[in-house]
Amino acid sequence: MKEELIYSFKGLYRDDFRVKGYEFGSGEKTVCVMGSLRGNEYQQIYACSLLVTELRKLEEKGMITDGHSIMVVPCGNPYSVNIKKRFWSIDNTDINRMFPGYDKGETTQRIAGGIFDRIKDYKYGIQFASFYMPGHFVPQVRMMKTGNENIELAKKFGLPFVVLHKPRPFDTATLNYNWQIWETEAFSIYTSSTEKIDKISARLGVNAVLSFLEKEKIIKYQGFTGYTAKVVESEKFISVRANEAGFLETLARAGDNVIKGQVMARVTDPYTNAELQTITATEDAIVAFEYDSPIAYKNTALFKLIPGRW
Amino acid sequence: MSELIESIEDVVRIPLPVDEEYAIKRHRMSAGDGKKRICIVTGIHGDELEGQYVSFEIARRIRQSASDLRGIVDIYPAMNPFGIDSITRGIPAFDLDMNRIFPGNLEGDMNEFMASKIVEELEGADLVIDIHASNIFLTEIPQIRINELHAKELVPIATKANMDLIWVHGASTVLESTLAYSLNSRQTNTLVVEMGVGMRITRSFGQQLSDGIFSLMKELGIWTGESREVKKPIVAYDADGEDVCYLNAPCSGIYMKEREHGSRVKAGELVGRIINPLSGDVMAEILAPEDGLLFTVREYPVVEDGSLMGRILREKVLTENNL
Repeated sequence: MKEELIYSFKGLYRDDFRVKGYEFGSGEKTVCVMGSLRGNEYQQIYACSLLVTELRKLEEKGMITDGHSIMVVPCGNPYSVNIKKRFWSIDNTDINRMFPGYDKGETTQRIAGGIFDRIKDYKYGIQFASFYMPGHFVPQVRMMKTGNENIELAKKFGLPFVVLHKPRPFDTATLNYNWQIWETEAFSIYTSSTEKIDKISARLGVNAVLSFLEKEKIIKYQGFTGYTAKVVESEKFISVRANEAGFLETLARAGDNVIKGQVMARVTDPYTNAELQTITATEDAIVAFEYDSPIAYKNTALFKLIPGRW
Repeated sequence: MSELIESIEDVVRIPLPVDEEYAIKRHRMSAGDGKKRICIVTGIHGDELEGQYVSFEIARRIRQSASDLRGIVDIYPAMNPFGIDSITRGIPAFDLDMNRIFPGNLEGDMNEFMASKIVEELEGADLVIDIHASNIFLTEIPQIRINELHAKELVPIATKANMDLIWVHGASTVLESTLAYSLNSRQTNTLVVEMGVGMRITRSFGQQLSDGIFSLMKELGIWTGESREVKKPIVAYDADGEDVCYLNAPCSGIYMKEREHGSRVKAGELVGRIINPLSGDVMAEILAPEDGLLFTVREYPVVEDGSLMGRILREKVLTENNL
């Protein structure tokens, strides 16, 4: 394992800003794994730390195939993590809306540019990603539909779902999108949480990456074989929304099978506890996303369902 | 003589979880049979307050000479009321930039729904003016920014708005989620004003823009009263990104500006310094890379590697504009 400085600059009153990477094996730039780009993505850093541990063991045992180099960058934004702020410390910009970056631009453009310059030439790019809403996902691989996406490759992670996502205008400045545009096969791995560490789902995400590396003959590994993935377009998810605002009591969890009519949540009056809305499953489905907050705003997507059963 | 009719109504009203309702409001002032409509929009970014004074000033001047009104003036001073109330640029609780969610979605979440209702409300107006105030970091001379895709329709209108600068910039996919892009692509002419600085109100800029808005209202036939003569703006057709040079900080420190916004500068002239109060050192002297007009200046002193400290409109643009 070789520690590398990916990008840095000097702080005025803070320690230097540093983005570090851990390199395993040698030769062709084969796989890069990116962890957190936002200050609240603890789970994503944790998943990378598990991966670093596994890859170090595999490297020591000589189980990384010759001619392949693997890079893991656990965190692209330690400044924000350390002050518990989701976006950039001074101007609140999002590094994951700055790719491919610009080395003569503003601070977060430079950070994105500095990171991207070091990770853009890998054959495969994998990001442990988070969703903009608080909640839990059933583990999945997401790919943007840029025309360059390779679904068969995505299935090799062995996660239950491969989700295809049509990019919106602001998605064009994300790492995943730009990796694809620069001809890296790019995948986003969603484990179940962001701000809380969920060891089981982090392990599942790491096993998925190792399974992918094994199937692509980059490592020798025996372990997780995974699921036969179901491919779903994100537009086909059924959003079940709150029609009322109030306290939210959630009964169904991400990954649950629900049947049509099953009560999944209740919205109640925060002062009287009167039930304002009973949220039921609109059809037999798998809960792909479960909103996690004690309060619900009107129109919030409380669940995203994938029709069918496990 | 037609009577001035005024109303304050909801554009959208949504219940919140705990005993409160969220509302975006419109102040409508109308008179006469004229059906033409101008919309004054501001407060999409909650930390940009320059438009607050303009909203007030437009209403004040109309009431002062109400018999000159011949149409509809709609004023929306707070498109992001949560943001204005909490000194937050984006939408608090959702951590979203409101100007990146248009045109919204009637079937979407609360913010997408609101964005959709706003577009529905403004679409079809004869002119929309979306007033911004840079951000808390930078002071801008009064200017209108126009996406090159809409320059043909908008530049002739913008030149009558009494601004110092019209900046026609290149198209960008990310900007397709702004309110202005959504409206312009629906054939509703929308001008984006940037002036002053975040969290403050610059009264002189507010007066200047108000004069410009009355000039535009007169042009549209909505105002028959006096309007002050408007200044001829500099027009920069910068779709290729060649008209402006950017001053980005070469290191972290405290930026001390030496020149104010609106200054003409010469190549090599000192425009600011980055100092280190801990060591007492000057970390960098920031020199103008070429002759031009300093139209953006950093107001917030703390800088990091890359922070924007200023923008200079190149001399060639000033020459093209006979300045």
